[in-house]
Amino acid sequence: MTDTSRVGRRHFVQTGVAALGGAVVGAGVGHQVWGADTTAIRPGADTSDIVAFYGIHQAGVETPPPAYAAFVGLDLAGRMVRDPLRRLLTLLSDDAARLTQGQAALADTEPESAALPQALTVTFGLGPRVLRALGGQAADVGLRELPAFSVDRLQDRWGQTDLLVQLRCADPFVLAHARRVITKDTRSLARVRWVQEGFRGGPVTPAGTGRNLMGQVDGTVNPGFGSAAFARQVWIDDAPAGIEGGTCVVLRRIEMLLDRWDKVDRAGREFTIGRRLADGAPLTGGSELDPVDLTAKDKYGFPVIDQASHVARAHHRTPAEKFLRAPYNYTLDRPDGTTEAGLLFAAYAADLDRQFVPVQRRIAAEDRLNLWVVPIGSAVYFLPPGCREGEFVGQSLLGGSR
Amino acid sequence: MHVFTRTRLARRVGALAAALALVVSVSACGNTDSTGDGDKATDTPSGSTTESGVVVKDAWVKAVKSGMTGAFGEITNNSDADVTVVSATSDAAKMVELHEVVDDGSGTMVMQPKKGGFPIPAGETYTLEPGADHIMFMDVTKALKPGDTVSLTLKLDNGDTVKFDAPVKPFTGAQENYQPSGSMSPGDMSSE
Repeated sequence: MTDTSRVGRRHFVQTGVAALGGAVVGAGVGHQVWGADTTAIRPGADTSDIVAFYGIHQAGVETPPPAYAAFVGLDLAGRMVRDPLRRLLTLLSDDAARLTQGQAALADTEPESAALPQALTVTFGLGPRVLRALGGQAADVGLRELPAFSVDRLQDRWGQTDLLVQLRCADPFVLAHARRVITKDTRSLARVRWVQEGFRGGPVTPAGTGRNLMGQVDGTVNPGFGSAAFARQVWIDDAPAGIEGGTCVVLRRIEMLLDRWDKVDRAGREFTIGRRLADGAPLTGGSELDPVDLTAKDKYGFPVIDQASHVARAHHRTPAEKFLRAPYNYTLDRPDGTTEAGLLFAAYAADLDRQFVPVQRRIAAEDRLNLWVVPIGSAVYFLPPGCREGEFVGQSLLGGSR
Repeated sequence: MHVFTRTRLARRVGALAAALALVVSVSACGNTDSTGDGDKATDTPSGSTTESGVVVKDAWVKAVKSGMTGAFGEITNNSDADVTVVSATSDAAKMVELHEVVDDGSGTMVMQPKKGGFPIPAGETYTLEPGADHIMFMDVTKALKPGDTVSLTLKLDNGDTVKFDAPVKPFTGAQENYQPSGSMSPGDMSSE
């Protein structure tokens, strides 16, 4: 190995994240990292595609979502919680720390497959039952299952689990390898209940937003990476160690009734969503990121953006109702030859009850889009803060050392 | 002496193609091509260096409920002098041996204590991996569960010791068949 191939992690954290952020216009990335680590990376790894694993926050939230994701929902195998969870997160944190940096995991049976991480991130979440079972500080997270919404047609197969492993990657091959390494290490301790795989289109707008399978520009309203607004909306602040620096995620599987949507003409589709299909701009004009004017009237005196349109209902009514959206599309072929299609709606907020639930209540109460979309899965998780080298994610909550 | 064997099939497969050799070396006990002689390409270790200048990196132990298991990793000699690992100990096992995997002359790979231990020339790294040289736990004192941590100590020929911790990982490769001499009833050391 030559000296030039030895790149300190601090160095590639900076170059890697900068390059990653640069791939999306206007997305400055502020992933904070503890430095002073000189772990070498393998020759051949492209530092521009590496996202730091260690840091104040877990990776996989404040970075542009790459093209592919797999959300893995797991339930602990036995009745015990703390001990198996500690052992599980010890193993998985080490796996993630290596795989995301282009290194094989320990006991990796296909070590070469880890060489090019392609912006791989692995993020761990704890469900409400686990937090309650841990008690003490963990219960202070305050995460609880979402209330029932009238539009929900939830299927248990996509329901709440004890744990979430979120994997995101620009390369589906790398993602598959990482997913297998991770799930193999969970086998004796937990059981995979579901895997929800998703993909993103685009970016199709200057802001880097992609489309969903209904053809809409989806995920427009977001805080900028590295911004104060992002920190305010997403990262839990002013909380005990083990909680501060974490966040919460809601993952909802929204089936799209595309055969029914096919029957809606273009005007009807834009009326339903309140945005132009072409570029995601509000029907009141401008471009994608311009404010939505819910008061504008057309020449007949009717609102340009219908009060029951999706954008009108989902748009925040108070500053507290803002959060990060990082949705992925999905398709699932059924045995009968038809295809379930939809959106893996993944949203991140410091306080889901305060930030997300009011918006979802409003949508459930009235939203033209509800004719064509059906929530069939829903789960919430606390994503603990990041960890330092030698620690595992969730260590402050679980106690013990790696 | 206990003799560990595996089928000839894996060896034949290993001869098929270089690409397949990897599969064999990680999935079966006994690929003599995988030397562990310290001449393999190595990463620069980032672990702490003991006074002896010998560091162990990327160590792990295969999970097992009872009986035997193996410890693996990379031992790097950062000192100016050649050293030999002459023995290993751990509270997790009643007996710990330094093992090698060799062809017994008939094409059958056998696992046996390595005479003289693991020699590591100055500046070189010695790789312990499934299917090749490894540290053998002959009889674990309790179940080694995935995510547990096992402490080990290496003893060097110069009298120094090297302590290190290794996480326990589930691993289904290297399914050595345990065949005591003169017995036809193989046991199993698969992990849970």
